[in-house]
Amino acid sequence: MRRRRLAPSAVVWLLVAAAFFLIPLLATLLFSFRSIQTNRCCTGAAYSLIVHDHQFWQTIRLSFVLSLETIAISLLLFVPTVYWVHLKLPQLRPVLGFMALVPFVVPPIILVVGLLNLYKGAPSWFYDKPYGFLATTYVILAFPYMYFALDAGFRSIDLHTLTEASQSLGASWGTTLLRVILPNIRVAALGGSFLTLAIVMGEFTIASLSTFKTFPTYIQFVNETQPYEAAALSLLSFLIVWAAMLALLLVGRGRLRPAQVAATR
Amino acid sequence: MIVGAFKNAHGGATTEHVRQIVHKPYLDEYWLSIKISLITAGAGCVLGLAFAYAVVREGTPRFLRTILTTFSGVAANFAGIPLAFAFIATLGTIGVVTTFMRDHLGFDPYEHGFTIFGQTGVELTYLYFQIPLMILVIAPALDGLRAEWREAASNLGASAWQFWRYVGIPVLLPSILGAFILLFGNSFSAYATAYGIAANGIALVPITIGFYYSGNVLSDPHLAQALAFGMFVVLAVMMILYVPLQRRSARWMR
Repeated sequence: MRRRRLAPSAVVWLLVAAAFFLIPLLATLLFSFRSIQTNRCCTGAAYSLIVHDHQFWQTIRLSFVLSLETIAISLLLFVPTVYWVHLKLPQLRPVLGFMALVPFVVPPIILVVGLLNLYKGAPSWFYDKPYGFLATTYVILAFPYMYFALDAGFRSIDLHTLTEASQSLGASWGTTLLRVILPNIRVAALGGSFLTLAIVMGEFTIASLSTFKTFPTYIQFVNETQPYEAAALSLLSFLIVWAAMLALLLVGRGRLRPAQVAATR
Repeated sequence: MIVGAFKNAHGGATTEHVRQIVHKPYLDEYWLSIKISLITAGAGCVLGLAFAYAVVREGTPRFLRTILTTFSGVAANFAGIPLAFAFIATLGTIGVVTTFMRDHLGFDPYEHGFTIFGQTGVELTYLYFQIPLMILVIAPALDGLRAEWREAASNLGASAWQFWRYVGIPVLLPSILGAFILLFGNSFSAYATAYGIAANGIALVPITIGFYYSGNVLSDPHLAQALAFGMFVVLAVMMILYVPLQRRSARWMR
């Protein structure tokens, strides 16, 4: 029989892990309470400055609307595509799986260089507006996460039976997709959406190089001049990711898989 | 982008930019990028494996595992500017830990050659998303390491070391190598985190691309495209190595 008690080496490793992960967060919290006059703890001045900064509201609103737009476009594009591939063209599944790996080889820093170049001649309502260029780029960025979530969702239901049952009752393709398939993959679609939210709310590389003012670029801007406010914003950003991941866990009722790791570094 | 890498400023075809990037100073930048990626991927693998094993092994209460994997999911996604700033607030010149060490322990790391705004600082910060990613990737593989194998090995008289040497490590090796490549790519392509910590202090390839592209005095989009093309080649090689490893490691997963 093996021992069932907590092994001493496990305790040591867990303490090291806790220290490494928690110290930066606690330090940031303490840092955000420092006062700009005395450089000492504790005041909430940094937080009140942020709430009264209209740029804060403007950028966080832009990032939030952008993430909603990205989610909407992604769902509209990928739900029917993945459905059709699973139903009629299963031989194309590896192709989609391979395409979902492409963003690993083409990270944001390469993607933005390529896309800025590609869309250079595009009309300015698209190229110069965050809701055009940035949202399109984020759809590409979110594709793997959306795809893996939807793929798992479609695999777990009996697509053919559901489709046939719905059609033999006289439903059109649209009705089948909206009222039969969608409710069954709701959890997968929500999972992909929360990941997309976390990605877009934290994406800096593309927004900064295409000179849009989103929430992460605002943090960087504050970072350069007001350290204590930047600490408060960093914590807020951490809380947004927490919220998105907790929501993901709640709807998924399961563990996080490696495919659920978003790329915003 | 690939086409742009082979163009000159007037639109004609040239290999000039691509030839340029395999020479100094760009070669040094690639080397630094690769070095940092290798170090953080290596350290991330070892520490992530240790942390994951500590919660997966029997005897550790189940809820600790839930906490660690959930937290890893969040930490792996918490990167970029906010992460960079969290580390500056911790270990920067007036960071909380730095001032604590200076005032209470009488030890100033900045007088002993440490700085968050350099290579060590960037590496330390990268580990904050590398280790969680390793934990997420390797935990299912560790589950595949069945308790029966361990019992069988010890019934046959194998020591713990022999178990790891002849059973544990060989079974896990494809997963670990696959994870290493994933972590390498993860760190190699990171831009925002390094930018947030040390935009001017560290010459990494992504940072240089950013400088050449953002309309600075240095602006040279074709050179940036050539540099991006170089990154793409490195990552493509990694991907080609990754796919067969992924297939092999899937064999032992339940």
